[in-house]
Amino acid sequence: MNNDVNATLTLAPATEGSQTPCNAFGNPDSPRPLALTPGQDLRGYLSAILGRALLFFITFSSVLAVLLILVFVVIRSLGFLSQSSIVEFLASQNWRPTADTPVFGALAIIVGSLYVSFAALVFAVPLGILAAVFLSDIVSWKVRNVVKPIVEILAAIPSVAYGFFAVLVLAPWMQRQFGFSTGTNALNASLILAIMALPTIISVAEDSISALGRELREASYSCGATRLETIVRVVIPAAHSGILAAAVLGMMRAIGETMVVWMASGNAPQIPHPWWDLSQSVRTLTATIAGEMGEAPETSLHRGALFAMGVLLLLMTLGMNVVSEYFLARAKKASGRA
Amino acid sequence: MRKAIVVSAVLVALTMGVAAQAETLRIEGSTTVGPIADAFAEYFKGVNPKLEITVNKNGSGNGATALIEGRCDIAAMSRFMSPDEFAKAVANKVYPVAWTISMDGVCVVVHPSNPVRALTGVQVRDIYMGKITNWSQVGGSNTPIVVISRDTSSGTYETFETLIMKKQPMAQGVEYVNATPQAQARVRTTPGAIGYVGLGFLEGVKTVPIDGVAPTKQTVANGTYPLSRPLFLFTNGFPKLGSIPFKFVTFYLTEKGQELVEAKDFVPMTNY
Repeated sequence: MNNDVNATLTLAPATEGSQTPCNAFGNPDSPRPLALTPGQDLRGYLSAILGRALLFFITFSSVLAVLLILVFVVIRSLGFLSQSSIVEFLASQNWRPTADTPVFGALAIIVGSLYVSFAALVFAVPLGILAAVFLSDIVSWKVRNVVKPIVEILAAIPSVAYGFFAVLVLAPWMQRQFGFSTGTNALNASLILAIMALPTIISVAEDSISALGRELREASYSCGATRLETIVRVVIPAAHSGILAAAVLGMMRAIGETMVVWMASGNAPQIPHPWWDLSQSVRTLTATIAGEMGEAPETSLHRGALFAMGVLLLLMTLGMNVVSEYFLARAKKASGRA
Repeated sequence: MRKAIVVSAVLVALTMGVAAQAETLRIEGSTTVGPIADAFAEYFKGVNPKLEITVNKNGSGNGATALIEGRCDIAAMSRFMSPDEFAKAVANKVYPVAWTISMDGVCVVVHPSNPVRALTGVQVRDIYMGKITNWSQVGGSNTPIVVISRDTSSGTYETFETLIMKKQPMAQGVEYVNATPQAQARVRTTPGAIGYVGLGFLEGVKTVPIDGVAPTKQTVANGTYPLSRPLFLFTNGFPKLGSIPFKFVTFYLTEKGQELVEAKDFVPMTNY
């Protein structure tokens, strides 16, 4: 760099005394020069690069964590997947990991996981959409700003607290009220999961519904539609991407939840028969991993089978994540157009 | 920044120095014996703060392996060492010595309204295997049985599986709960339920005599109750008299030791 340029670029109200930027920099009283010496320039350049690299590594470390978890879980399950039959793992209903001749059939458990998650969605999605519509279109802005944060607090209640509620209150109540022989069952678990998924569903659906904008609704009203018609025929269809994304996110919340299902579902590794009978106990993948990891010896097939369940769960949630990202991107595009 | 690094390096060096000086005791093994080992360890640490005791609860089998491979000083086991493990130990120049530190009893319990007064061990096994599904089959009312078990990684499950199930698989419809108080709560609130809990969790539920013997401290301690068994600590050889391992494995003989055993809902050996 050229000294002349430096001198002319000096910010200081060019007093005769301080001609060079070095002087200006050295003297604390004079303002900082705009141009830098080669040393300062190099230092600034390096610190920018270093800062970038540092921030990159901090950001990348969370990406790295995801990748490492995936690799770790897959590697730990390889031993099981190579020594044992994958067909048996996916198709047999016999889960007897500690028997003398262990059988690792996870079908009933996989079905149990999907079963309670879907049942939870059946309860939570209609409620969530109705609540979201109410918050975005019906109730006043002031009330919405109070209610929405409170709804989101639901997500902050520890799942073990939900679990105790399920075991000590909901289970005996269902036995008394409906005459179920057991109160810790698929219905109990999916009701609690539905409550836990509600904040996610309401929050995401409300965001996408209110993002649609006023014009859409005004256009509908100007055509003579009532509020009900506007909401049912215009607003909800227009926000369907965001609502679908909300449902998928809620499903991810439900399928990954461990403590509540471990306490509320009864953990019997069976497929309900007949299939719609929610009053029977089921067991989920997460509960099985949490409950059996402690006693499964290192390097045993049992532990490998639990890791294989982990892989399965990861694949499920990754798949759902991709789906929800797709719908959220579409929702964003749609609201951009509107 | 540099100062911070220097300070932390000094701190690390100091703590490592202290750790190297302190006496250590490594205990590994059964989840059933774990609570007793924990309570003993806590007491020992309270008396001698320099003492470092680690208690790993990963199953009797892992405890035996750790002792054989020299990875622990004391193996906690809820069963006696198998001949196979003994042979391996001797081949590894390890000589296992058994210390029976307490008795463990598991009570079969039902809802207080249940009219069933007694069961045999075989009946209980058939209930858990799904061969008996209604209380009327064992002299009770016409109510479906709700079978409740502890989770398979608990020591209580291990005891029950060994003494009642005799390695037979449980039925698919058996419900699993993850803590003994929860098993107690489920049985207390479910009229058709059967479950099994430790001696300290009998409030609000009804115990059922097994093979004509009711679970009490006496019947568990003298082993006449079918669901009772001794719990062991294994050391490599007879520990040097007065050494920390020796004090630890004989601690159950002291008054404080018995108190701790009882506080964890086990039955002291001396309770006849």
